[in-house]
Amino acid sequence: MTPLSLAFLPLTDAAPLIVAGARGFAAEAGIELDLVRTTSWATLRDRLVYGQVQGAHMLAPLAIAVTLGLSQAPAALSAPFRLNVNGNALAMAPDFAAALEPDPAQRVADPLAAAHDFATAIGLHHRKPVVGIVHRFSSQALLLRYWLAAAGTDPDRDLTLRVLPPSLMVEALRVGEIDGFIAGEPWSSVAVAEGLAEIVVPGARIWRRGVEKVLAFRTDWMEANPATVDALLIAVSRAAAWCDDPANRDELVALLERPEHVGRPAAELRPALAGRLTLRHGEPPVPVPDFLLFHREAAGFPWRSQALWIYSQFVRWGFVAASPAAERAAAAVFRSDVYRRALAGTGLPMPGASMKVEGAIGAPLGVGAHEGALTLGADGFFDGGVFDPSDVAGYLAGR
Amino acid sequence: MIVDDSGLRATVLEDGLREAGYDDIHLVPPDHGFVARLERMAPDVVLMDLGSPSRDTLEEMLAVSRALARPIAMFVDRSDEAMIGAAIDAGISAYVVDGLRKERVKPVLDLAIRRFNAFARMQAELDVAKSERDQAKVALQERRTIDRAKAILMRGRDLPEAEAYALLRSTAMNQGKRIVEVAEALITASEMLRSPL
Repeated sequence: MTPLSLAFLPLTDAAPLIVAGARGFAAEAGIELDLVRTTSWATLRDRLVYGQVQGAHMLAPLAIAVTLGLSQAPAALSAPFRLNVNGNALAMAPDFAAALEPDPAQRVADPLAAAHDFATAIGLHHRKPVVGIVHRFSSQALLLRYWLAAAGTDPDRDLTLRVLPPSLMVEALRVGEIDGFIAGEPWSSVAVAEGLAEIVVPGARIWRRGVEKVLAFRTDWMEANPATVDALLIAVSRAAAWCDDPANRDELVALLERPEHVGRPAAELRPALAGRLTLRHGEPPVPVPDFLLFHREAAGFPWRSQALWIYSQFVRWGFVAASPAAERAAAAVFRSDVYRRALAGTGLPMPGASMKVEGAIGAPLGVGAHEGALTLGADGFFDGGVFDPSDVAGYLAGR
Repeated sequence: MIVDDSGLRATVLEDGLREAGYDDIHLVPPDHGFVARLERMAPDVVLMDLGSPSRDTLEEMLAVSRALARPIAMFVDRSDEAMIGAAIDAGISAYVVDGLRKERVKPVLDLAIRRFNAFARMQAELDVAKSERDQAKVALQERRTIDRAKAILMRGRDLPEAEAYALLRSTAMNQGKRIVEVAEALITASEMLRSPL
């Protein structure tokens, strides 16, 4: 057995790693998995960068930011596997949400109208709204910025983005420190259950197939330990398939509920997994299709085009100056080659390409694949935007 | 500046720093508003519990702060891996204003690491002492139970104490149970027999 330590944050989308350990998938692959529960992204990053753990459940943009030297000590990181697709939601306090379309189901159904309503609501609010984000380099923050900007809102000028750990969001909302937040589940559902917020837009309604958490390694460690990496990817991929199967949902909820994992009650964990969210306290849940994907549609496959989309957003928001070197370094963080090497021969459909034009699939589409058929679901951005990874500059010029 | 919500540990660290001759030390709990206080104080070094969920908040503030115009580097020096490892092991993170000289920062961090480790040891010793106390409490409880069962046997079967105990022990061995379990069963049974219907 090869001992391996992975750091994670107590969030629903850590499920594939938790299940790989608890359900024996890792052990079957010859890995003795030690999961290290961590309370901040900074500490998770430090544990990975300084070698206290070999891998981590990481925000995809953070893995790229660390590689580009934008988040403390620079270190080359690699992400050969996506742990999930989608899974977060923007929730706003009822007093702010009162200025939006009154029917929350309607808001979720029409995210473009909701973005325009939001822009209007900013002006009506008694102060510059404060919205909690978990990290500047989080998928959630990039999606929020994208959504706001589509309706002409400048996220750096028209509101205050406040960084808070997911576990403190609900408390901050309660004391009025923030007017809303965007975070991974279960936190939006917790805030709704306590009557402190209403879900205004799920991440999946901003980008139908948004990149979220990845399994990240230090590149030098990953290159030096190919057999262990391959074994782990097989284990986590099997675990992700197990997580996606509705037949296992009760058991999955029970696993996540444990204090050493997510440590929140079942009622708060179930909505994200079932794709049925309560948008406003006291109202019946509504279905939100594709709210959170773990495995289907090759969800684990790290499309390099998505690393480039993240890079494009870094440039857009001034986190990094555009340069061919930075663009190459960002794309190289997503290691589709390692995914292919590890999972070839497992029967998983393997995409033929490593990049795709993001946002171009309007209806489920069969795509070129080795080993079996692969159908990708609609991956549109809510504003109809299309990201061509071969022309990042052209994409940014059009924003 | 020390950001910490464990009052005792922070005090241990503060005392150490004062003994070492640093006198401009501020203790700040990581509750809401700590960032604003930090910004006003513009500290040279910020020491923070590695386990604090507020580290992301702090780093964001350090990234955008105008009061602290110069960038902030994690730990002392990126090349000093051994010290960084020791700091992480001790559970401490440090943010140092760029430009503060390394030879001035290193002793502060060294001291913080030693103090954090000492605190962790003290905490572990307290935990051991507590579990020993708990065990002693359980042992005492069990002895009382066995004494009560012995008394029931001595009265009911007119046995001397040593034989009553031997009977409990042999019954436990025959049933593959602990003596205290047999004693508990006997007490329960005896109470049921005596209680009025």
